[in-house]
Amino acid sequence: MKHTHGLGLALATLTLTSGAMAADLRLDGFPDYDSQLEAILDGFPAHNVDMLMNEHGGHHDKLKTNLATGSGAGDVVLIDRNFVGSFVNQGGFYDLSDQFAPHSDSFAPYAVTQGQGSDGNQYAVPVDLGPGVVYYRRDYMEDMGYDLGAVMTDWESYLDYGRALKEDNILLIGNANAIATAYWNFNVEPGNGLYFDSEGESLVTTERFKRAFELAKTVRDEGMDANISEWTEEWYAGFREGRFATQMSGAWLLGHLQNWMAPETSGNWGVSNLPDNTYGTWGGSFLAIPRQSDQPEAAWDLIEYMISEEIQLAGFKNIAAFPAHTATYDDPMFNEPVDFLRGQRARVLFADIAENVTPVEPNEGDQIAESLISTALEQVLNDGMDIDTALANAERQIKRRVR
Amino acid sequence: MTTTEMTDPTTVQENAQRDKSDRQRTFWHKTTPYWFMSPYIIIFGTFGIFPVLFMIYLSFHTWNPVAGLGTMEYVGLENYALSLTDPTLWQTLWNTLLMALYSGIPQHLVALPLAYLLVQLGSRARHWLTTAYFLPYVTSTIAISMIFFVMFSKESGIINQALTGLANGSLTGWAFGWLNGVMPLGWVQENSLIRYSVSFVVFWKYVGFNIVIYTAGLATISDELYEAAIIDGANSWQRFTRIALPLLRPFIFFAVTLTIIGNMNLFDEPYVLTRGLQQASTNGMTISNYLYRVAWEWLDMGSAAAISWILFMVIGVFTGLYFWFFGRRGLGGD
Repeated sequence: MKHTHGLGLALATLTLTSGAMAADLRLDGFPDYDSQLEAILDGFPAHNVDMLMNEHGGHHDKLKTNLATGSGAGDVVLIDRNFVGSFVNQGGFYDLSDQFAPHSDSFAPYAVTQGQGSDGNQYAVPVDLGPGVVYYRRDYMEDMGYDLGAVMTDWESYLDYGRALKEDNILLIGNANAIATAYWNFNVEPGNGLYFDSEGESLVTTERFKRAFELAKTVRDEGMDANISEWTEEWYAGFREGRFATQMSGAWLLGHLQNWMAPETSGNWGVSNLPDNTYGTWGGSFLAIPRQSDQPEAAWDLIEYMISEEIQLAGFKNIAAFPAHTATYDDPMFNEPVDFLRGQRARVLFADIAENVTPVEPNEGDQIAESLISTALEQVLNDGMDIDTALANAERQIKRRVR
Repeated sequence: MTTTEMTDPTTVQENAQRDKSDRQRTFWHKTTPYWFMSPYIIIFGTFGIFPVLFMIYLSFHTWNPVAGLGTMEYVGLENYALSLTDPTLWQTLWNTLLMALYSGIPQHLVALPLAYLLVQLGSRARHWLTTAYFLPYVTSTIAISMIFFVMFSKESGIINQALTGLANGSLTGWAFGWLNGVMPLGWVQENSLIRYSVSFVVFWKYVGFNIVIYTAGLATISDELYEAAIIDGANSWQRFTRIALPLLRPFIFFAVTLTIIGNMNLFDEPYVLTRGLQQASTNGMTISNYLYRVAWEWLDMGSAAAISWILFMVIGVFTGLYFWFFGRRGLGGD
């Protein structure tokens, strides 16, 4: 009797402890993270992880509704860089500063900063990065007798290359928008945010934006772009047919190009830093734990697993998510040549960019500024509006709207 | 005073009981309809009335939804002041108005004569054709808009392909040759064209709905009137303008009111054709699109609520003006 009693107690303790340990977690995110999770979850027996995937826009809309109503969000949520600024300062997420502290030195410094609120606490943890690069057609550069260094010396030399291409009926880029976006994203003055300085004052009428607009306007006016909207069927066709000689983007464009956008152009491409040797980022994702989760400890276990060195590398292999964990960059995989880029060791370049990007402070007005600036750019490029007027209009509206 | 009450206490009790069950019965009898209606009332209250009341409350507060419900802050009329002095609001209102006119007027100008012709046809042909015209109306707006987005596309789109074909055709070149100078047209990329492109899709989708209303209206007009007119020597144009049109007035009034309200609320078509407000949004964005952007992209629910009340007022004013000018005659009064 005593014996069975002891056994019963042991069993009860076992159930209790295991009940406390193995939690049922849900991760809310967007593809391709489902592929990544399916591949890695077998190595994470501590908790039962379920996932809820929605397409990129739908996922963030759902997350906003969840945060507004205080219910329905997963225990761990994936957040795109574009939304991090408007999310981290609103108090909807657990402060992960203490848990992340032992790891933070191993992560790309600029991405760590992006996940912090204005109080300096870590609310979101970087899980993948988007080093900003320019992809270019090697064959065109060779045919025209240009070398990469000469083209990418500065923005003027880049435009000159576009003029030379134009004579051969090749376009410099699909849409001049990307040039302006790259310029204002990648030339942020130290200590400033993309659109606001550290005091929250708007920067959109500064030289950086004027120059960005001028570059794009030159490209459009001189007919060096196709004026085709990005991420449309015609844009993909442009890559397949080799109409565009360069494209500015995050490193992640490589995955899209070689897997479905233009696999037949393999071997014709190369990748480089932006003109003027600029370091910048384009995209990236974060993980965070909403306050409405009642099992933040278990949720952190999952995050810790997903940002561990091994899993970060697995993510790079599985879904080409560029690791935020900088120790992974020493892995031999980074030295492997990429066939699509004619054997270029491109990942070394990506890693170099990731480690050298200057941190950019997110601001809760980023979303507002971004859409107003895009409208201004469209007015300048398509409707011939004067640059100063367009920027002044945008600034006036940003000041009214960000309150 | 009755004798039974005094003489027999059991009867009193019975009476009281009967009264009670009577009252119960009348209670159930009277409330039964409401019980049957309660699912509707609950659903309508939750999804119809509550949001409207909540929006009134919201329009006097600032609220970032991401920060949770507790962060609402009372700001009085600030949201209304901010919105009414917002140039984008007036621009989007203007866009909405123009697109409402571009798509609304042709809808009725085409639907009326077409319905008249349909009614002249045999019933078999009429039913088939009415169904065909009605089909776009019951098809998903998003699906339609996406198909049109592809058709409008600059280089591979069927519309530009057809125009190029016309411009270079040996028979049509003389009339369309000038098109070569402006090709390829960015139907959904250029601010100068987007309103026409959106309006065309709206026109195409809703013209069938109006045809159905007008065919139904024409069916109510007695054949004797047409016969009498024929005997008086009226030709078919006269029969259309002198008999059909005046008698259709209440139907026209109804259909136009629906068009005004529907077009002022236009959202899906411009949203899809401007690729989620990312291209040609200066002229292509409607006021509904703008309030969505303020609410869900800019996370400013208070302003968005104020904008939607402003939109409500604008629709109210337009509908009111329309009733004022055409209401009495439109509804068939004197």
